[in-house]
Amino acid sequence: MRLFRFFVISAVVIFLVGPLLVVGVASLNANQFLDFPVTEFSGKWYGALLTDPQWRASVSNSLKIAVPGAGLAVLIALPMAYALHQWRPRFSGVFMALGVLPFMLPPVISAVGALVLWNEIGRPGQIENVIIAHGVFFSTVPLITISLGLAGIDPSIQEAATTLGADGRRRFFTVTFPLLVPSIVTGYVAAFVLSLNEYIIAFMVAGFTVETLPIKIFNSLRYGFTPTIAAVSIVFTGISLGVLTMLARFGSLERLLGAGISDT
Amino acid sequence: MTVVETPADTVELTEPVIHDEDGPGMSWSGRIMLMVPTLVLAVFFLGPFALMLRTSFYRRIQGGFYEPAFVLESWSRLGSDFYIDRALFSLRICLFVAAVTVMFAFPFTWFLTRMKARYQVPLLIMILAALTLSEVIVAFAWDLILGRASGISNIMVWLGLMSEPQSYTPGYWAVCIGLAYIAFPYCVLTLYPALSRIDRELTEASETLGASPLRTFFNVVVPLSRTNLVAAFLMVFVFTLGSYIIGQVLGRPEHWTLSVFISDQATYNSNVPFAAAIAMFLTAVSLAIVGVTTWLGSRQGRARQKAVAV
Repeated sequence: MRLFRFFVISAVVIFLVGPLLVVGVASLNANQFLDFPVTEFSGKWYGALLTDPQWRASVSNSLKIAVPGAGLAVLIALPMAYALHQWRPRFSGVFMALGVLPFMLPPVISAVGALVLWNEIGRPGQIENVIIAHGVFFSTVPLITISLGLAGIDPSIQEAATTLGADGRRRFFTVTFPLLVPSIVTGYVAAFVLSLNEYIIAFMVAGFTVETLPIKIFNSLRYGFTPTIAAVSIVFTGISLGVLTMLARFGSLERLLGAGISDT
Repeated sequence: MTVVETPADTVELTEPVIHDEDGPGMSWSGRIMLMVPTLVLAVFFLGPFALMLRTSFYRRIQGGFYEPAFVLESWSRLGSDFYIDRALFSLRICLFVAAVTVMFAFPFTWFLTRMKARYQVPLLIMILAALTLSEVIVAFAWDLILGRASGISNIMVWLGLMSEPQSYTPGYWAVCIGLAYIAFPYCVLTLYPALSRIDRELTEASETLGASPLRTFFNVVVPLSRTNLVAAFLMVFVFTLGSYIIGQVLGRPEHWTLSVFISDQATYNSNVPFAAAIAMFLTAVSLAIVGVTTWLGSRQGRARQKAVAV
């Protein structure tokens, strides 16, 4: 069993990390073209990333979408999760399904949907369209983290607040909300990172006018390999890793992912 | 297309009857809190489905536009041998990848949930980082690793195992590997809550009774999680069906899945009505699978409640 466990875990780690190591090596290759073994190392492609106005524009576009997009996702999810938890209305399953469905269906469906919608409205290709599409698509993520967070709050704490005379609003802002902050932050950050990396919706909704980073990577890939692509991939992986490590410090990652929470 | 319109219908039905069964009735602020997000989702998520359905009957005109009409052109094209063949290929490759992914992700997740937090957290961070990785980056990384210029075949040559470097991409297996890569973290996270909930005492009891850990795994853990296994398998299946970049970068056009065709039609071929028709078809397939998964979950939930009651 030990051997089996060792085999499974190392196979998974190699499978998941291996490709990124290759990309990492490629990003440090001084040569413009790929060669093996690498003859000379250099960090110049990372520098190119910072100075090239096109890459910088795509980073800024991605941020302009991900920051408000993830915010919108939380704004959709928080009231919904709270209302469903607090009042348990009839058919709450239907509302939950509506909230979870966008993320469960293949994203290309949301992408065509948003494309058709904005064509119909007559404002195709705007950056706001991508923000809204991402906000709706990724609202599932904070909805789940916040619902899990609400389920983890001891009801007696809220009851205590009521007994002490707090009305619904006061109870929410002084008791529930502060306890929910980790779940909200997790939901926001996860939606933010996912939005930053999202390709197909951004591409179909406004890909020809707003070039986000994944779109830029893909467009450059079509013209062949450049080490800059490798460098930008590594930077992005680094950002994800950093953000997730921070989350792990901030709260219990295991709990946030649903460990030890009963399904009743 | 009743399948697709069901959510919209039910939502409208439920609106007037919201009330609480136990405890105080839902206040106005509560209703607003529920209704505003629902409205946003209805307009920007459900609304487009109605539009897509309508657009799929529109006539495409030259120059990348389309005009209101009622033609079955897109649907009959979807029903042509070529696209039926493509649809079957998509389902087949995604089923295969989902099966292999679950086979590896299940034992991995099990070991993961039994680890001390010190080891577990870095692995979880790795899984989450892989999950958030853009599909573009994943495709690029595998393109590098499987390619001729600096991939694994170069390492093989260097080690003297192969005589000259070879390229494994584009190809069927390259697509499978790429899909498995994006599916794996997703699969682990689907299994994680259920597996971490399995009581330690159960496995300990099995081991006290003399079963080896391997036997405990197959005779206790696997049967306990049969429903979760099937659910994870189906969710991964839908997830891989949605992959767009992998097939395009790591495969030839004959390895393209439906998602690739949808975006290819909508953008480079400027045939939005046809893209809408394929998207509706993909929606129906995905909804059916998600429906089965949910049904399985609720059945398990009921079974558990019964067990508790007994």
